[in-house]
Amino acid sequence: MEPVHKDTHNIIPYRTLLTVLAVLITLTFISVFITQIYLGTLTVAIALLIAAVKSTFVLRIFMHLKFENRFLSSMVIAVILIIAAVIFITLLDYIYR
Amino acid sequence: MNKTVDIHRDDEASKTGMWLFLFTEMLLFGGLFVVYSVYRFRNATAFHLAAHELSVVVGTINTILLLISSATIAMSITAIQKKNKKLALLLLFVTLLLGLLFLINKYFEWGDHIREHIYPGSTILALRGQGDVLFYGLYFFMTGLHALHIIIGMVFIGFIAVLIYRDKIDSGNFVLLENSGLYWHLVDLIWIFLFPLFYLIT
Repeated sequence: MEPVHKDTHNIIPYRTLLTVLAVLITLTFISVFITQIYLGTLTVAIALLIAAVKSTFVLRIFMHLKFENRFLSSMVIAVILIIAAVIFITLLDYIYR
Repeated sequence: MNKTVDIHRDDEASKTGMWLFLFTEMLLFGGLFVVYSVYRFRNATAFHLAAHELSVVVGTINTILLLISSATIAMSITAIQKKNKKLALLLLFVTLLLGLLFLINKYFEWGDHIREHIYPGSTILALRGQGDVLFYGLYFFMTGLHALHIIIGMVFIGFIAVLIYRDKIDSGNFVLLENSGLYWHLVDLIWIFLFPLFYLIT
């Protein structure tokens, strides 16, 4: 008898994974390039924005979140929001103390 | 052989469990990022100057090594699903090799700092002021903790490779490979943030 478990496994083509890798490497070079030319306070924002875009690719494709239960991705978002909120509140405290 | 198949197995629960563990890892590093932002806010100039001393080239090379290794372990999952055991093992081997190269780079990087008397507790570093002490304290702690995760990930992947070699993991049962992949990707994810914060934002 065939084991009954829901098959949630998608086969992600090699090509998709290699494309994502190319995008990630390109984004890395872009962030290195941008931060080497002076952009003042914007540098931090841009570098972190690029890092966020890169992590979205890693989370959704490499870590399969795009193909998994919605519940998992919403939990990941919740954890990220908790960390962001803690950083935000802590900085507010330090800036306006 | 069929006996193992009939035993209750829940891949989704297994992956959810792995994710729950990854959440604790994210919060662990998240806490360190909070510390980083406060210290940076309070010592903006010192952090700015100290970050200049890190090699952007080495940092970039390490970033790319980790990105490629993330892709290779993701591809090994595809390979095992397509019943290509040899390719899956080869890709895991490449992943391990890239992890090792990352650590070797890290070794030379840390070695250079330590030779210049830059390490936590160094009296020469202390003379440069509180900001530098905090920057390098965080640098060594966070990249060190990350390197520890690389080592743990490599051991994990090594075990998985043995299981694949012994056909304990195959196209019908590869959730362990997926979980080791998740762990490895998380390590990559953390580096994606460590790299700009320590090497780029100067």
